[in-house]
Amino acid sequence: MDLRKQQITFYTVMLLGTLAAMGWGLKTAGAPGAMFGLFAAFTLGGGLMCIWERSVVRSAFSLMATFCGVAGLFLLLGHDFLAMAQILIYVGGILVLILFGVMLTPPDLNERQLPRVGLGVLLVVGTLAFVGAKVAAVVNWAQAEALPPVETRADEIGAAFLRADGYVIAFELAAVLLTVALVAAVYIARRKPSDMIDLTDEGGY
Amino acid sequence: MDLTFNPETDYKWLLAVPLIPLCGYIIQIFFGRFLPRRGDWLLTSGMAVTMVITVWMAFKAIAATQGHEVFFHESLAETGFGFQWLYDTEKGATDPLNVTAGILYDGLGAAMLAVVGIVSFFVHLFSMGYMKGDRRYHIFFANISLFTVAMLGLVLSDNILFLFVFWEIMGLMSYLLIGHFSHDPKSHRIKQAAAACKKAFLTTRVGDTCLLVGIMIFYYHFQTFSFTGLWEAAQTAVASNGGEYPAWMTAAGLLVFGGTVGKSAQFPLHIWLPDAMEGPTPVSAMIHAATMVAAGVFLLGRCYPLMSPTVLTVVTCFGAFTALFAATIGMTVFDIKGVLAYSTISQLGFMVAGIGTGGFGLVAGLFHMVTHAFFKSCLFLSAGSVIHGCHHEQDMRKMGGLRKKMPLTFIAMLICTLAIAGVPLFAGFYSKDKIIQSAYMSMTHGGGLNGAGLFAFGGLLLAAMMTAFYMFRLIFMTFFGEPKDQHVHDHAHESPKTMTISLLVLAFLGMFGGKMWLLDFDLMGSHGTWFEGLTSEIDHHPESVSRAAGSVSDIFSLERMYPGIAITEMNTYVGDSAEHFQRNLHAGHFWAMTSSLTVAGLGILLAMFIYLFRKVDPGKITASLGELYTTVVNKYYVDEFINATVIKLQMVLAYTLKWIDGNIVDGAVNGTGKLNRSFGFMWAWFDKTVVDGIVNGVGGVTTMTGSLVRLFQTGRIQQYASLAFGGLLLLFAWLFLA
Amino acid sequence: MGLEAYVVVATILFGLGIACLITRRNVIYVLMGIEMILNSANINFVAFNRFNGDGMDGRMFAIFVIILAAAEAAVALGIVLNVFQLFGTVKPSDVDLLRE
Repeated sequence: MDLRKQQITFYTVMLLGTLAAMGWGLKTAGAPGAMFGLFAAFTLGGGLMCIWERSVVRSAFSLMATFCGVAGLFLLLGHDFLAMAQILIYVGGILVLILFGVMLTPPDLNERQLPRVGLGVLLVVGTLAFVGAKVAAVVNWAQAEALPPVETRADEIGAAFLRADGYVIAFELAAVLLTVALVAAVYIARRKPSDMIDLTDEGGY
Repeated sequence: MDLTFNPETDYKWLLAVPLIPLCGYIIQIFFGRFLPRRGDWLLTSGMAVTMVITVWMAFKAIAATQGHEVFFHESLAETGFGFQWLYDTEKGATDPLNVTAGILYDGLGAAMLAVVGIVSFFVHLFSMGYMKGDRRYHIFFANISLFTVAMLGLVLSDNILFLFVFWEIMGLMSYLLIGHFSHDPKSHRIKQAAAACKKAFLTTRVGDTCLLVGIMIFYYHFQTFSFTGLWEAAQTAVASNGGEYPAWMTAAGLLVFGGTVGKSAQFPLHIWLPDAMEGPTPVSAMIHAATMVAAGVFLLGRCYPLMSPTVLTVVTCFGAFTALFAATIGMTVFDIKGVLAYSTISQLGFMVAGIGTGGFGLVAGLFHMVTHAFFKSCLFLSAGSVIHGCHHEQDMRKMGGLRKKMPLTFIAMLICTLAIAGVPLFAGFYSKDKIIQSAYMSMTHGGGLNGAGLFAFGGLLLAAMMTAFYMFRLIFMTFFGEPKDQHVHDHAHESPKTMTISLLVLAFLGMFGGKMWLLDFDLMGSHGTWFEGLTSEIDHHPESVSRAAGSVSDIFSLERMYPGIAITEMNTYVGDSAEHFQRNLHAGHFWAMTSSLTVAGLGILLAMFIYLFRKVDPGKITASLGELYTTVVNKYYVDEFINATVIKLQMVLAYTLKWIDGNIVDGAVNGTGKLNRSFGFMWAWFDKTVVDGIVNGVGGVTTMTGSLVRLFQTGRIQQYASLAFGGLLLLFAWLFLA
Repeated sequence: MGLEAYVVVATILFGLGIACLITRRNVIYVLMGIEMILNSANINFVAFNRFNGDGMDGRMFAIFVIILAAAEAAVALGIVLNVFQLFGTVKPSDVDLLRE
């Protein structure tokens, strides 16, 4: 079938899948469960579409859906600060970087081969499922008796970053690392003299 | 002057006897060239000292026998002086494997020693004149000195092994001396001299090998080498065998006689002696007159008790045949030295035959050896003088009338010719007469006619006649008559003093030297010196003859030669009763005297007839004899026969061995080399293919593994990631499922 | 919802990330796959922290992971651009100079 039909089929399937997930979640755990189903569908659907899509841009935007789904999962887990950080950094930073990359590097249009992709997905996911099931049977899933209430304690995180018996060292190191990464990225991606267009006739700069 | 033999001191003198010339030899070969007159005075004076010692010792021997003592001394028993040769001190002195050598000095030894000393000294003196101008003058003197050392050692040695050692040394020295001119590049007879010395050495070698085998057989059975031990052991063996000699002793005795056949030029091995005339004349005088050829006879004298009657019969036949054989050839020879050579062979035959007839003849043969030494050496030296005077002309047909030109030589030669022909009053007569007497006694031994004895008696008489004939032929052709070659005659001159003195002294001894030794052997038991009793002593001293009944050996004093050995029970006059023996003795004396005088006279008369008065032309005689004469002149073709058979055989053998050595032995060696090479190639293949294969294989495996592992290193990050994921799954599997 | 549900989601997301990384022939997809993997790890961290009681280590670590993911994405993009300049292609299988 042609491309357009393919896409429509795919999106319809995705939609139905999302709804199914929400339904299942609702049945299992009520309203939070439905939200879980929604966000899980976003995550996994986005991932699947990211692999599946022919165009890089669309894959990038699917990735955005994944990020948003993950953010939602964080919210459900009561880590609102992290959900916001996720949106900010991943979608607002990393995704933009990826789009810059896409912009600067023309892709090969004939590079996607569906059977291979599908096979790869099946293989990987299937193996992981198999292994995961085996692992899950072994691991002790003991959980705490009483779950603490879901609270937003962003100031706790901030204090923990700066407390001496907390994560201050890691915080400082992370800061240094970011600086280094910034300088490194600038250095790696700089324009070299050989890239410059010769403007003068004598061959100087 | 004290003439008793004192063993302690006198053995030192006896030891000095061979050592003085030996020292002279050693000095001479190293430094002779640089000494003034090239060292001849050194050796001659040393020899003079030796001669004095030996003669002095001989006088002691004579004095002892005059006192009716047994003159017999053995160094080991008396003074303990011995030379430990092959000695193992852990085994006792009587162990048969320990060989100790000492000195044995008895009457026979004393006589022989004195003879050798005297003759050798005069030969040295003669050589000073004769060999003047020779290129290897000093070496010549050294050689004859060493030769004398060997002979002296042989006479003195008390065991047969050392006798053999000196025997061999003499063989070597005769080789060097006969071949003296073969080392002189200027000589025109190099080839003949080389061939002659080789022939001499090889022919005597045949005899030496037989002798060695005989010695070893005796050693094997008797376990001793010393003479006294051998005599006693032989006596025991004969006694335990019922008075008969065992068969192996006959065989061994024959082999020992083989040594004599070689060294003393008896019939089959006589061929070397005439050719040995290639050597200088003094050499001939010494070797072929006095010393070397006498060594064989001396050996027989020492080994007499070991010989069975069978062996003695064989010895007699050989001796008689040789005497006759050589005498016939001697009549036809024209070379002056050649005549003397054949004469020597013939006289040796006399000696050997004499010993073979046993008992009486033993002493007679040894006696003849002593007298022969004197007159034959004088004859050779005179011949040398003649040759020297005629400027090295040796053919008698070119000489003649030299009587007036060389008077002293003529006198010396005449005296000695009279001696050898058996004319009474001269030395040779007594000894020859005794031999013929002994031959007669052996002929009538045991009643009836004894075949070997008859052959000996008749043959020796014939040989005596021929001896007289050819010796006078020599005299008449050389010194009488008209000169055949005027040139030679004109240049003939008398020899210098050194040469003529030797001649005259030896001639004197040749005339009177016989009588002295009669006393030593105690042949007649007389007390007197030589000027007493010029006629037969037996007739004038009957008491010595008819001594105690039954003991025959007392008369001939074989006891004094072999003390303690009962010879008459072994191989001498066994079975003869005393009266039979006495009858034989007298009859033999009568017949020997008459027949020997007759034949000597006949021979001389015949020679005078043909050569002096020229009544018959010798050419006519030889022509009428025709073929017979040709055969005799060619020496009965013995040399040609031996060349055709033995020499050819030996050459065939030599060529065969050479082929074997060249093809088989070298083939084996080359084959081994080829085998090694093929092994080398095999190993090379192995090394190249297998070993290198393994090494290369290891490399190959590494390369293959590398190629295999390289598949993982694609440089593609996505494959790296998938591999990492696979590893992660494996880790899960291992951690949680295993 | 239960810990198992979150872990399952994280696992599937991890698988999808691996699949994206391995099977697409564009380096951008490699970057995207890496991000998906990091996100799945983050979900795991936070879920376990929530359901296994005391402390805030999981949450803090998740923050650090996001920080590092950002730094890494920046540097990775710089590398990608350099590689593109050097080789002229975005196919990772063409960049095989490290072969052998």
